[in-house]
Amino acid sequence: MMTRIPILKLRECLIVSIQWELDDQTALAFQEDLLAKLHTTAARGVVLDLTPIDFIDSFIAKVLGDVINMSGLMGAKVVITGIQPAVAITLIELGIRLENVVTALDLENGLEKLERELED
Amino acid sequence: MNLRSSVDIITEWDIVAARQLGRNEAKDVGFGTVDQARITTAISELARNIYLYAGKGNIEIKQIAEGNLKGLQVIASDKGPGIADVRKVMEDGFTTSGGLGAGLPGVKRLMDDFKIETVFGEGTVISATKWLR
Ligand SMILES: Nc1ncnc2c1ncn2[C@@H]1O[C@H](COP(=O)(O)OP(=O)(O)OP(=O)(O)O)[C@@H](O)[C@H]1O
Ligand SMILES: [Mg+2]
Repeated sequence: MMTRIPILKLRECLIVSIQWELDDQTALAFQEDLLAKLHTTAARGVVLDLTPIDFIDSFIAKVLGDVINMSGLMGAKVVITGIQPAVAITLIELGIRLENVVTALDLENGLEKLERELED
Repeated sequence: MNLRSSVDIITEWDIVAARQLGRNEAKDVGFGTVDQARITTAISELARNIYLYAGKGNIEIKQIAEGNLKGLQVIASDKGPGIADVRKVMEDGFTTSGGLGAGLPGVKRLMDDFKIETVFGEGTVISATKWLR
């Protein structure tokens, strides 16, 4: 039943588009897969697109926060894109602040933002 | 009107089943996307708590009505260890499992009514309701 989230490489960045509802195992496997891919490709940035995600609970929020911190440790910047209004509202009501997280409206903007940051 | 449905929480996959059922019921009652997300999130928190702390239990989802008001009630029950200090677990950031400690205080904010009944050593019943406005 577990699905693996595909991770694409474009120039210096990894692109991840989460297309399904995330169960716990898929989320944890994704965390490992992404770090392994950062290691093997030496990518410097990650765009994580959450457009199809229609809710985020505290577990998924923790996994995402951990992924962002771990990627940072490995020298990669993460940009999150496509957070739906309903998701933003419920995250705040849950009391979760994804601090120091760079966000953008959509994948295209996210990639631009990331490439600009990597140039600096 | 008293439509109810329920999911036994035994494995991790049942958490997914419970929140999918919740979202369908929420749609059925007529909740908009933001309330659907609130209800789905609340169910996910309660179901995961059952799985983590009680091992197994049940999530019941009831369409309810009071006068002209329609709503959805979520009842999470288990025969797990119970909660010794209810005030403490309602604090933001309190966790015994290395989580964010966001679940229970979060559910209280996401839903309109929220009630915990628990007997230490016997189990926990948490009920949370969202009213359609
Ligand atoms: N059904 C339950 N039975 C026994 N103890 C519970 C139950 N639900 C919650 N608890 C206790 O209450 C604490 C707080 O729960 P809460 O859901 O708020 O946070 P968490 O599960 O620790 O972390 P998060 O939900 O953010 O991942 C838990 O750590 C656990 O000790
Ligand atoms: Mg919890």
